[in-house]
Amino acid sequence: MSKELIRLANCTMAFDDEVVLDNINLYIKDKEFLTLLGPSGCGKTTTLRIIGGFQTPTSGDVFFDGVRINAVPPHKRAINTVFQKYALFPHLNVYENIAFGLRIPKVDGKGKKVKLPEEEIHQRVMEMLEVVNLRGFEKRHITQLSGGQQQRVAIARALVNKPKVLLLDEPLGALDLKLRKDMQNELKRIQKAMEITFIYVTHDQEEALAMSDTVVVMDAGKIQQIGTPEDIYNEPKNAFVADFIGESNIIDGIMRADGVVEIFNRKFQCLDGGFAKDEPVDVVIRPEDVDIVPEDQGQLKGTVTNVTFKGMQYDIIVDFYGFKWLIQTTDLSPVGSRIGIKIDPDGIHVMKKSQYSGMFGDYSSYSEEYEEISDASFDPEEDQEGGDEE
Amino acid sequence: MKKNRLGSRLFMGLVFLFLYAPILLLIIFSFNEGNSSVVWKGFSLRWYVELFQDRVVMNSVYTTLLVSLLATVIATAAGTFAAIGFFTMDRRLRRPLMVVNDIPMMNADIVTGVSLCLFFVAAFAGWNGFVSWMESTYRLTAPRLYLGFGTLLLAHISFNIPYVILNVMPKLRQMDKNLIDAAQDLGCTWMQAFWKVVVPEIKPGIISGALIAFTMSIDDFVISYFTAGSATSTLAMTIYGMTKKRVSPEINAISTLLFVTVLVLLIVVNVREAQQEKALAKKK
Repeated sequence: MSKELIRLANCTMAFDDEVVLDNINLYIKDKEFLTLLGPSGCGKTTTLRIIGGFQTPTSGDVFFDGVRINAVPPHKRAINTVFQKYALFPHLNVYENIAFGLRIPKVDGKGKKVKLPEEEIHQRVMEMLEVVNLRGFEKRHITQLSGGQQQRVAIARALVNKPKVLLLDEPLGALDLKLRKDMQNELKRIQKAMEITFIYVTHDQEEALAMSDTVVVMDAGKIQQIGTPEDIYNEPKNAFVADFIGESNIIDGIMRADGVVEIFNRKFQCLDGGFAKDEPVDVVIRPEDVDIVPEDQGQLKGTVTNVTFKGMQYDIIVDFYGFKWLIQTTDLSPVGSRIGIKIDPDGIHVMKKSQYSGMFGDYSSYSEEYEEISDASFDPEEDQEGGDEE
Repeated sequence: MKKNRLGSRLFMGLVFLFLYAPILLLIIFSFNEGNSSVVWKGFSLRWYVELFQDRVVMNSVYTTLLVSLLATVIATAAGTFAAIGFFTMDRRLRRPLMVVNDIPMMNADIVTGVSLCLFFVAAFAGWNGFVSWMESTYRLTAPRLYLGFGTLLLAHISFNIPYVILNVMPKLRQMDKNLIDAAQDLGCTWMQAFWKVVVPEIKPGIISGALIAFTMSIDDFVISYFTAGSATSTLAMTIYGMTKKRVSPEINAISTLLFVTVLVLLIVVNVREAQQEKALAKKK
């Protein structure tokens, strides 16, 4: 990871009166894999479009390699994009789709238009076909390809221009689960091999954690947290991040001293500090960090109200004094049984109160939330001017 | 039940008979040897031969083809760009404009014809008055303008544009909006993206629009009648004029030719549409 390549400084974007991006500050390093992660409408696609040059921020600046590029049109940026649903040209075959960018005459230093020789185009297209494993498909028509193959063509079409940065807008959104996993590895491999910066937009937190060097979590047009996948998961900054990245129980607590937090009137050891004495805080406890023990040995005691078998583990819902927790365990505790729990100090993460406090992390309405999670496979991003219903 | 079906078939037959019997009669009698449109005297191409020797008719065929072709080309270009303009517009503005675009197509031809005529006459009266004034005061002159081929062409362009827009718009809507972005992303200017990506995508719509515009131009009578002036005559106008003088079987021959031309054009348009729908269904 080396020098800074792209910087967004105080970028705000508003359509009519609707603020889509609210004062975004972000820098992206050369050759890193950065993911913009958030629910639909959070502004992640808009951020990508600003970097690509398809939209100009209402206020604020965009820098590329230290040069302000607000007014530079997309075709003059050393950036290429893999679009949502690929946007391949239906009237061209695979070869011509990939060669499209190479066939556009480029203006050289003396202002003369230069066309690439046909042999060079051929060589570069064939190289790219190799990279994306599509050798032998060059004559195929776009409509004759599967979703995964179209995806590869879109990547090849962008990469053949040797951009410094590749933007990917939910590129795996339309693929099925198995193919997604394969393509995740594939993308990661290509990024490493080509040594270029990837900026990746997704609403899938697992994808973000698995692929990225840096994750930028966004919501409501604001950046909620920037960090490595480990940071984001282990040290979420607020209840939104904790809830969006993985499962979490978020409980009201009071910081009694550095390393001591009080939940349900009981003191727990933790590793966090730097809060005011008796400051109200949000406490995150991940479902896998909870140990189930016999009731009399537990720091907290509760009743199991729901059990779901998930293959690797059971997801159980436990009622503690009216507040329901999600706990993941490999040992079955039947519905109705009384259990105790223990939490190690490093299983507890303390966060400052935020506007999101109290909105997430309660599993009282478990069934609905469960459905929402399992249904999160597809959401067309609608944070632009709005589609046409006809 | 069976009787019912027979009845409905009979009714259908009557409807088609009513629709096509006159045309069929016209076609049959265009091959009549005799002078009459009532008595059959045997098969002959006599009237077709006479038709091609008739200078007035051939002149009007030439005028019709020229005005139709020119109007089609110009209206197709203008209509395509107008459609793209509408497409990129804000929805709140586009909706009412599309309604305005639809009105001329629904409007009675006679109203369109008379209003265009009035407009040209008024504009030319102003211009010609200005020329007279220039001549008397400054001894400068400019050509005076009258109804003629120019106004005929303008009228045809104006009534053709809405049909082109109507055919191009759906193709633009079907197009993935990201295609333009993608082309620009790969190094195209907006204009390059338009020619390399948008035009190939909407080409079927442009061609259908052009074909329909051409058909409309070829068979237009009312609007042409009001805007062509006294010296210019389209085929339809010539036929109308012939009926006033003497009812010659030549009319049958030329009407047959016109009917066949328009029929062929309509078949082409419909076959193309069917093929496109098939291709679209295949895609999905």
